[in-house]
Amino acid sequence: MQELIRQKAIELLENGTVDRVLGWKAGEFFYDLTPAVFRTREEIERDFVYSVFSGANFSKYLVQESRREGKIAAFLKPCDTYSFNQLLKEHRIWRDRVHVVGIACDGMCDIDKIRAAGARGITAVERDGDTLKIETLYGPMTMPKADAEAERCISCKSRKLVVYDEKIGEDGDVIADSPRFDMVAKLEAMTPDERFAFWRGELSKCIRCNACRDVCPACTCEKCVFDNPKSGIAQKAAANSFEENMYHIIRAFHVASRCTDCGECTRVCPQNIPLHLLNRKFIKDINALYGDYQAGADLETRPALLDFQKDDCEPSVVYERGGEQA
Amino acid sequence: MQVNSEFKPTIVAFCCNWCSYAGADLSGTNRLTYPANVKIIRVPCSCRVNPMFILRAFQRGADGVILCGCHPGDCHYTTGNYFTRRRMTLLFSMLDYLGIEKERTRVEWVSAAEGAKFAATMNEFVETVTRLGENKRLEDLRCKN
Repeated sequence: MQELIRQKAIELLENGTVDRVLGWKAGEFFYDLTPAVFRTREEIERDFVYSVFSGANFSKYLVQESRREGKIAAFLKPCDTYSFNQLLKEHRIWRDRVHVVGIACDGMCDIDKIRAAGARGITAVERDGDTLKIETLYGPMTMPKADAEAERCISCKSRKLVVYDEKIGEDGDVIADSPRFDMVAKLEAMTPDERFAFWRGELSKCIRCNACRDVCPACTCEKCVFDNPKSGIAQKAAANSFEENMYHIIRAFHVASRCTDCGECTRVCPQNIPLHLLNRKFIKDINALYGDYQAGADLETRPALLDFQKDDCEPSVVYERGGEQA
Repeated sequence: MQVNSEFKPTIVAFCCNWCSYAGADLSGTNRLTYPANVKIIRVPCSCRVNPMFILRAFQRGADGVILCGCHPGDCHYTTGNYFTRRRMTLLFSMLDYLGIEKERTRVEWVSAAEGAKFAATMNEFVETVTRLGENKRLEDLRCKN
């Protein structure tokens, strides 16, 4: 797959379709892949990496990149194409300045899961079909790829590329029976005290690095409410439990009905807070109350919070439906 | 230690200028009583209320927040309260999901002619929040004196 993508990148550069390519390159560690812009064949041959750790969603970078001169090629996985489509719908990306190469994806891996499986001193991870070959300082080992998949990929919502100019590999379909709301339902079934304890435990880990906001493809305001020094919540570190709660409620609320559930927030969280559970709660509520809606699936339907029906339920529905929910 | 029966909750009521604020006024001119610990904040439309306002009210010491607006269909700006309705439904559901008592937040539609409904709603809401006690889960100690 890496070879196919590299060849495609070089081909697009050399035939003049684009003048730069957005791809992945190794950061400090081989599993720490970071988005990078490539301009020459040499750069691509030297640095371009596509592996089971190429999780980064490029959609948000295209907001800025499509405002520059020339044309850029971007490699988007199925979940990234949803974010891209959603940004197109919001007129945030100049479509004619982006050449989208859709790439089929069947799940990315999480280095923490490989470590949890007992690998120490990992020096390389190679994918071979359904197994991962792991080189470590203590000798090689293997594990099934399915056991190392990131949480967001286990509960993948769709393997379909919703927007592309050309594609590499064969994409799949929308996964209707994705288990992505299972954990949300489990939390909903708890008592309020248990839920409060759960979230206090999770959110109190927050160090307010703002990575979840910065990476989120739906968070594209040029001025963010959290950067306002007068807001009282613009500190580097959360001062107390209120601030942690406030920040995460508002962050999730601001992307409600535009969040495509790409899971980047959870991927980048250095404290491993399951932030996607907040976003999924909104998605689940929107689906239950206002009809099924998948942000980014198309360019026409209106996001639930920018729309209304005269016979919508009253907010008191929250008190009435109690513990168990549809 | 504070005895619960002496506890007087602080309630913030966001009232839309065109219906509920006038409704509150009517309940006053009709000499209907509602508790003095309801602090009314006038907003141009219930849709003006940002979810941050509600969290901010809790931060600054509110024990309950109620949002009053025109009945759906009667909005002065035609559609404002339809958006309020969706937003607040999702916000309250999220607060409940985080384990914050859902009885502390409410939306009520009160028209300019419903002075009696305004007073009754406030009486009932204050009673509910008094039963719940102080807001502990969304308090900000920096704002306590």
